[in-house]
Amino acid sequence: MSNAVVVSDLRKSYGDLEALRGASFEIAAGEIFGLLGPNGAGKTTTVEILEGYRKRDSGSVTVLGVDPAKAGQRWRERIGVVLQSSAMYQSLSVAESLALFAGYYEQPRGIDEVVELIGLEAKRDVHVRKLSGGQRRRLDLGLALVGDPELLFLDEPTTGFDPQARRRAWESITALRALGKTILLTTHYLDEAERLCDRVAVLSDGQIVAIGRPGELTGALPPTEIRYRRDGQEVVLRTEEPTRALHDLTAQAIAEGRELEALEVRRPSLEEVYLSLTDEAAE
Amino acid sequence: MSLFLHELRYEMRLYSRSRELAFFTFLLPMILFLLLGFAYGDQRIQGVKGSNYLLTGTLGYGVVATAFAGLTIVLVIRREEGILKRLRSTPLPAPIYLLAVLTTTMTAFLVQAVAIIALGMAVFGASFPDHLVSLVIALVLGAAAFAALGVGLTGLVRRAEGASAVVNAIYFPMLFLSGSFFERSTFPGFLRAVADVLPLTYFINLVFAVMNKGDQIWNRPGDVAVLVAWGLIGGALAVRRFRWVPQEG
Repeated sequence: MSNAVVVSDLRKSYGDLEALRGASFEIAAGEIFGLLGPNGAGKTTTVEILEGYRKRDSGSVTVLGVDPAKAGQRWRERIGVVLQSSAMYQSLSVAESLALFAGYYEQPRGIDEVVELIGLEAKRDVHVRKLSGGQRRRLDLGLALVGDPELLFLDEPTTGFDPQARRRAWESITALRALGKTILLTTHYLDEAERLCDRVAVLSDGQIVAIGRPGELTGALPPTEIRYRRDGQEVVLRTEEPTRALHDLTAQAIAEGRELEALEVRRPSLEEVYLSLTDEAAE
Repeated sequence: MSLFLHELRYEMRLYSRSRELAFFTFLLPMILFLLLGFAYGDQRIQGVKGSNYLLTGTLGYGVVATAFAGLTIVLVIRREEGILKRLRSTPLPAPIYLLAVLTTTMTAFLVQAVAIIALGMAVFGASFPDHLVSLVIALVLGAAAFAALGVGLTGLVRRAEGASAVVNAIYFPMLFLSGSFFERSTFPGFLRAVADVLPLTYFINLVFAVMNKGDQIWNRPGDVAVLVAWGLIGGALAVRRFRWVPQEG
């Protein structure tokens, strides 16, 4: 499958500050790709270079086969952008906002279809002024989608959401997978990346420090953890062979007629991997 | 063309839904016209009935309020809120967007001018303008010059909150100095010297001459030249300084 995005040795400085120090990654067509990293790691700089808002200092960037720094109207037909903060005319309704943006594209999606996709049916004719933060964010997504783009950029699409609003947004984004869209999403929520992304890259201090499927990243580092309590003391085993270790443990407990109290088997979460990676980079 | 009409339709809708804009740029000049007209509309100013002078002055107030102040504030707010940035990610070409915004501004001012003249005729017995073509050209020229200055000024305003302050600091003194509310001849020399460089002075002179002295626009090349020059300064500033992205981004 061809690549929607190819970034190679991307560098960008603001004065003395090196925001990007040679980042490289590729995003396959149809993939949901997560760019993870703490604030100030260079996520937004990267995304805005790919969107054509910022100029890079060096390195090469191809988005849908085109250099965004030289891209024109035709290229913008094919991308959808959700910026980090939402902004829209306050006095237009949801449907009017979508209709306004639909008019900018050659082959837009239907307004009602988009309204349904973002789950704002009940707010269709409500002015933007009266929407909640989460609803505005979903309208942002709708505005990015209405042109039926091949590639979507979502910059922190759920920052500041309550858990319920986040779940609704996730549903909308998951629905896009079914439409075959390529998505680049930035987030600092690891559960979000784990839940939505096919692959993630961890950006720290202007460099990609890890890249792979969420499962691969978590598999790469610390081993599986088995915890239980014995005589009121917590016992923690770390093992590369969880099946054997668990078998031995339970067999022994059964033989001795004991219960393994508070038994827990867990794989390291992406969060732990992420923290260990970004800590290393910071040192 | 259809994209332009699409954008224009929405710009008109946005304009018509903005109450603050409607009050400060559209109604306030007309309210002041009525107040001042009742206060000293019967006196003679610059050799004409006071209310006829004030009618011209109010057209000057209208052009600055709508084409300059309102436009600048709207564009700065849209920029700082990130709306302009978002528009740049769509295929909508920048010139079409700006043309639709300027056409909306121009239309709003022409409607306002008709309303001001109608008010003058209905309340203060002003007569229907003789040289309609010259008047329309003068109004459009003035609106274009002030709109160019307004777009140029947006590049010098950093924050949305600052937009009203900067705009008001420029345009209220200009209204007084250029004679929107009373004639300039009573001013001391140094104030008249300042007034002599302001574009509004020349717009009011031009419109006054066309409406009250029987002049055609081509009899007033000096006024036209100064307005065009200010328009070009505004245009040059706009080309160099207009930004689509907010200050921080």
